[in-house]
Amino acid sequence: MATRCLFENSNEIGVFSVLTNSYCVVAIGGSENFYSVFEAELAEHVPVVHASIAGCRVVGRLAVGNKNGLLLPNSTTDQELLHLRNSLPDSVKVQRTEERLSALGNCVAANDYVALTHTDLDRETEELVADVLGVEVLRHSIAGEVLVGSFCNFTNQGGLVHPMTTLEDLDELSSLLQVPLVAGTVNRGSEVIGAGMVANDWSAFCGLDTTSTELSLIESVFKLRDARPSALVNQMRGSLIDQLS
Amino acid sequence: MMDGVEQLSAEEAGAFSSGTLATIACCLCGTSIEPNPSNMCVSCLRAQVDITEGIPKELAIYYCRNCGRYLQPPKAWIAAELESPELLTLCIKRLKGLSRVKLVDAGFRWTEPHSRRINVRLTIQKEVFARTILQQEFIVVYTVLYQQCDACKRDAAKIEAWQAVVQARQKVDHKRTFYYLEQLLLKHGAHQDALGIKETGDGIDFYFANRSHAVKLLAFLGDVVPLRHKSSEHLVTHDTHNNTYNYKYSFSAEIAPVCRDDLVVLPPKLSNSMGGIGPLVLVSRVSASVSLVDPTAVRTAELPASAFWKTPFAPIMTSRALTEYTVLDIETTGETAGRFAAAEVTVARSSDLGVNDSTVLVRSHLGHVLHIGDLVSGYDVRSAIYNDSLVAGHKASFELPDVVLVRKTYPRRNRARGRKWRLARLAVEMADDDTRVARGAAGVRDPATRDAEQREVFLQELEQDAELRSNVNLYRADDVAAAAAATAPDAAAMTDTTPVDVAPEAAVDADEDDVDGYPEVPLEELLDALDISPPAGGEDGDGEDGDDGGDDADA
Repeated sequence: MATRCLFENSNEIGVFSVLTNSYCVVAIGGSENFYSVFEAELAEHVPVVHASIAGCRVVGRLAVGNKNGLLLPNSTTDQELLHLRNSLPDSVKVQRTEERLSALGNCVAANDYVALTHTDLDRETEELVADVLGVEVLRHSIAGEVLVGSFCNFTNQGGLVHPMTTLEDLDELSSLLQVPLVAGTVNRGSEVIGAGMVANDWSAFCGLDTTSTELSLIESVFKLRDARPSALVNQMRGSLIDQLS
Repeated sequence: MMDGVEQLSAEEAGAFSSGTLATIACCLCGTSIEPNPSNMCVSCLRAQVDITEGIPKELAIYYCRNCGRYLQPPKAWIAAELESPELLTLCIKRLKGLSRVKLVDAGFRWTEPHSRRINVRLTIQKEVFARTILQQEFIVVYTVLYQQCDACKRDAAKIEAWQAVVQARQKVDHKRTFYYLEQLLLKHGAHQDALGIKETGDGIDFYFANRSHAVKLLAFLGDVVPLRHKSSEHLVTHDTHNNTYNYKYSFSAEIAPVCRDDLVVLPPKLSNSMGGIGPLVLVSRVSASVSLVDPTAVRTAELPASAFWKTPFAPIMTSRALTEYTVLDIETTGETAGRFAAAEVTVARSSDLGVNDSTVLVRSHLGHVLHIGDLVSGYDVRSAIYNDSLVAGHKASFELPDVVLVRKTYPRRNRARGRKWRLARLAVEMADDDTRVARGAAGVRDPATRDAEQREVFLQELEQDAELRSNVNLYRADDVAAAAAATAPDAAAMTDTTPVDVAPEAAVDADEDDVDGYPEVPLEELLDALDISPPAGGEDGDGEDGDDGGDDADA
């Protein structure tokens, strides 16, 4: 199920939260509403953790993570790092990087198997991403934008990318990532997908402005409804099978 | 109402032209569309935003049936044809909310004239969301309502148009001051608010629709001539219910009766207050104040209008009494005052040359211009007849000199013939000419001839005095206009506001050569004559051309 919510009147909820298959990190807000929405949806399955990074609430843009690990910028304080380590499951590796591009959430987009990164990311960080998150790392841009974390969002099931992505790019990316991708929008036509929504394999959260059309697109591409293959996946299937064989 | 919405996203299309864009779902309706900055399909975008919001689609404009003009709020009435650019301007100016959008195109959609509807088609652009510019065409319907304009209202009510009158008067026996004033008014456009200008016996009446216009003219006059004025008002209507009063205002403006070249004996008080100048002085210049020069002592003084009116005086001799003298000998004494230089001049009356040997030794202030053999005009005080009260009251009796030289002059001949310039004229209405005709009938003089003569004197004064000329717009005469004016000078002078040559039929002496040192007006001082025939409406056109000429010269 995809859920609509607001963080303190902001639709950009991907800025204030990190959602993976094994944990969820949300910012410390003025009220518990935002937290409650996540908890109501996820509490049975994964821990939902309050956190700040470097004293900031924009945890979604500063940190990047998946089922295997969580990567934090070097501005994270020891206390915050300790808090996250204590709160997250033991299987999740929490690691700080010395990356110059410290908004890791903007520069890296990852699912449990593969990550897209900013083209200028440090080689050391790239290795760290591969080690901590346990993924294959690809340097790529989306629709001419290098901030891949901001302009796309993908899980093990599927992904949504910047609406201006060309068909060629879309084909190339989906064959690289091995998931079906669709160009689309969130929050009533906003193209910053990564900042506008968060998703894992069985749930997604997006801003309150998201229209029902966008919501249904998100549900179908992230396969959040009961495994009903959509026309889009049918289209993709050809290339996927082609790739696998 | 909405005929089309176009979405302009050129910059986006340019940036990603490398491949085919994937179609996306419109974020509202789910239709698959090309991605655009708002990521909405055109119909959703149209439903979402109305860029014509805040612009009224129906308006009323007011039209005066009598004169066929449209009201341009708050008060102006503008004549415009149907489907004319003027009407379009008026219609668009009435639209509020256009400042928030960009107006791309506007035009009329044809309607039956008797429908009293004007349809204006507008195309506007506005930026909505980020980097999305919408263009939309729509129609505004104007209903033409009838309303009488102020002028027609006054006509219908048979109220005289004018509310205030300025009666400028100068109690002298010539009109030179008013000729000069006419030129000043033309140059500064000070007469523009006047509804009508009427010439009367010894002055001009200016009629105005508003009191403030009259006050404005009065202020202008006060700046250029020594003036005193009185105002009076006449109650026309009075409404006790809403306490409104409707007055007619009259301003009586009296111009000091002293002119350039007048010979004056200053009242003793005034002479004392100005350091004992004179008391026999000449008036060298008249502006807001009166410039005086003592011809014997060669001293100058400035008499402000206020001081003049405190102790007014009249000239004992005026420029009509000037006699021509010939300079036989001149010896400068070295004293100077401003531009004047003192000199001992021996003169003989020009008419006495070859008749008798009577000469006069005069102390004069004209040492800077006179040379032996020059002609000079002066007052023959010895044989003059004047009112004794004008020279009375001085404790120390003073002696009047025999002759007072006034200014250098030139041989008499028809100066009008070779004149390369002309003046603009004001559209002055002649008063009902009872007095003038009566005087003419009595055999004194034909008023038209007298006017022409005085005007010629004024023109020669302009030619001889560059300082005076600098306050006046002179226009280059083209031969065709000059010829036309020469055939019918009177008609032209009476009706026309275009520059007209005033060429009195003075004695023509064809044999004379032009080498007598007569000052010519340099060509560069002349403005190109602008010949604008008066517009069909007539009433608004008065005196426009004089100003246009001035603008031309500036540019």
